[in-house]
Amino acid sequence: MPKNRKITAAAAVASISLLASACVGSSDNGANDDPDAKTTLTFWHGWTAPSEVKAIAENVKAFEKAHPNIKVKVVKGLTDDKINQALRAGGSNAPDVVSSFTTDNVGRFCSSNAFADLKPFLDKAKIDPAKTFLPQMAKYTEHNGKRCAVPLLGDAYGLYYNKDAFEEAGITEPPKTLSEFDKVVKKLTKTKGDGFERLGFMPSYLGYETTVEHYGSQFGVQYLDGAGKSNTAKDPAVKAMLKWQKNLVDDLGGAAKLNKFRTSLGDEWGPKHPFHTGQVAMQLDGEWRGKMAADADLDFEIGAAPFPVPDDQVADYGKGYLSGTILGIANTSAKKNAAWELVKYLSTDTDAVVSFANAIHNVPSTQEAIKSPKLNNDPVYRTFVDIAQHPGSSHAPSSVNGGAFLLTLQDYALKYEKGTEKDMDALLGNNDQQVDKDNEQAG
Amino acid sequence: MSTVPYGLRAKRRRAAPRAKRAKQALRTLGFLSPWLIGLTVFFLYPLLSTVYFSFMKYDGFTAPTWVGLKNWAYVLQDNPFFWPALRNTLWLMVVMVSLRVVFGLGVGLLITKIKTGAGFFRTLFFLPFLAPPVAATMSFVFLLNPGTGPVNTLLDTIGIEGPQWFNDPSWSKPSLTILALWCVGDLMVIFMAALLDVPKEQYEAADLDGANAWHRFRYVTLPNISPIVLFSVVCGVIATMQYYTEPLVAAKVASGVIGGSGQQFEPGYPEKSTLTVPQVIYNLGFQRFDTGAACVVALVLFVLAMAFTALLMRRRSGFLSAED
Repeated sequence: MPKNRKITAAAAVASISLLASACVGSSDNGANDDPDAKTTLTFWHGWTAPSEVKAIAENVKAFEKAHPNIKVKVVKGLTDDKINQALRAGGSNAPDVVSSFTTDNVGRFCSSNAFADLKPFLDKAKIDPAKTFLPQMAKYTEHNGKRCAVPLLGDAYGLYYNKDAFEEAGITEPPKTLSEFDKVVKKLTKTKGDGFERLGFMPSYLGYETTVEHYGSQFGVQYLDGAGKSNTAKDPAVKAMLKWQKNLVDDLGGAAKLNKFRTSLGDEWGPKHPFHTGQVAMQLDGEWRGKMAADADLDFEIGAAPFPVPDDQVADYGKGYLSGTILGIANTSAKKNAAWELVKYLSTDTDAVVSFANAIHNVPSTQEAIKSPKLNNDPVYRTFVDIAQHPGSSHAPSSVNGGAFLLTLQDYALKYEKGTEKDMDALLGNNDQQVDKDNEQAG
Repeated sequence: MSTVPYGLRAKRRRAAPRAKRAKQALRTLGFLSPWLIGLTVFFLYPLLSTVYFSFMKYDGFTAPTWVGLKNWAYVLQDNPFFWPALRNTLWLMVVMVSLRVVFGLGVGLLITKIKTGAGFFRTLFFLPFLAPPVAATMSFVFLLNPGTGPVNTLLDTIGIEGPQWFNDPSWSKPSLTILALWCVGDLMVIFMAALLDVPKEQYEAADLDGANAWHRFRYVTLPNISPIVLFSVVCGVIATMQYYTEPLVAAKVASGVIGGSGQQFEPGYPEKSTLTVPQVIYNLGFQRFDTGAACVVALVLFVLAMAFTALLMRRRSGFLSAED
């Protein structure tokens, strides 16, 4: 028995080792297939909601009609972890075309050659990404000048507010600066016992969508310097952001109180979202929230506006955080030319982009689509279309280590929020050191 | 009469058994070959390639390149997850495994003693073990929700402010331990089998000697079931080193980041307190494309698993008294 145990132990650990090391794959970057030949492409995407799945399926059907030689096998609901694994493994069941919601991972996809370089395809099709796509969306789909992805619709972040709660509190318009915002938050907040009956806004980094990255755009944070080194200790915008957030958290009763309240709230993607239930009066969120709120049949009216900016940046009011879905071709695909036809259609065909944007309530990612008269005219939605076009709107820079630097900063910021780390300079210095070490390892 | 020289006859005599021995060895190898092939394919090859990749920069897309000890230095000095994960794993190995063994044995003892309803209680305690880990963990996060969970609501009614459970770094591991104790059915069944196997005569002899309940347990039950206790501890230690699903699901559900908008999740919520070594391997190898560093962590885990198993086995002479 003892020997067997040893072998079991060794075998068990070896299995983990096997998993950790089981990596094969091709780095073949050639596109030699005939796009006019009969072929079947495999397209992986992450959408799961029936309306979204139906909308993408309709777009694919329209593509198949326009390209009768290409059939598309659509696989829904794929997460990034599964995509990463399939991209490495390759093979006949691996995807040819991949979409991902994690725009922060573009740097990792590009630098590792997981996605094929799209420049030759774009050049051949005479598509200039800078002129075709919205500028910020064109920017976050490349890394260090290498374009390995294109945007497939975008997400713009702004402020949703409960109009009834505003009226009840005597607030006539949404706040434009953060000092106005703080006052509005406190006005809207109603305490109950040691908790809240209604919270004006959930500022905690643990709240839904209230992450460092999403706040960062309002402050104009420069996460990395020109050399790609972490810049947070030197950037006054980072300090201003951490201070503002911490002050608001403390004014509302502290991190522990907010966290306890947070754990009592409904799921972000369900109908019991705290903004839907009225437990939170304002919410930083993407354009999809408008449709989710409409679907939830709320008993109050909602409004939308850009998220406020720091008082000294009021001229930039209207900007927001941008993100979206990215589309790329697996480097392991043997059908890159055919795959490009699908990528080109989904990402640049104006009718395809507009109909998909309308169906899933996302912001269009091309200049033509955003001007289209067919685009949804709902004023709440249009607020986000405007945010997407604002020249100050931004996404965090791409990094060889994906979004790891943002998670590290969020981790440190959370310590500051909780008060377990009080020395901000030391905290940000540690963050820079850690990010640089991680990037060096990944680079 | 044979005229074969003496030397040649002796040679033939020696050759015959040698051929027989070779045939026997071949036959033995033939019988062993399924195991040998399995060992080579599923153990030796992965182990050697893990060692190889631990010295390489390898992302799974491009050819590996030699980086010497860089991955080792990164994991042991600079990776923010490795040491917290190791500390958590050790905590769970000491506290969770011990409590599971004690609890499993306690429940087993109780159920072997009761006269009526033993079948019902046996089923009651075993059923949670059959619950899928993801569902069981999600249920526990719900039960222990600090804001709306029934446990804290109940504590509230008797004037006790419940802890934050999975949302508090000092309570997250105890919460995982409670979940592990709930799923103690596997150990209960094993201990029950062992307890029922203890010769009744030994208890009768102990009774005649005037032994009380504690003496009977200490000097009769425990020596008889000690091989099973050792088995449970070794299995528990190995399982804890591979502990992945429960802490990951608990952290994701409690933090509220369950995916959907491309929001990334850092494992170990809250404050890396639920981070375990397999999560670090997964994070490095499959999320950060850093196979080299993941292999380093896998090797450390391998060495630790071997060391703990060897340590426990070395102690067996004092432990397996029933076999002595």
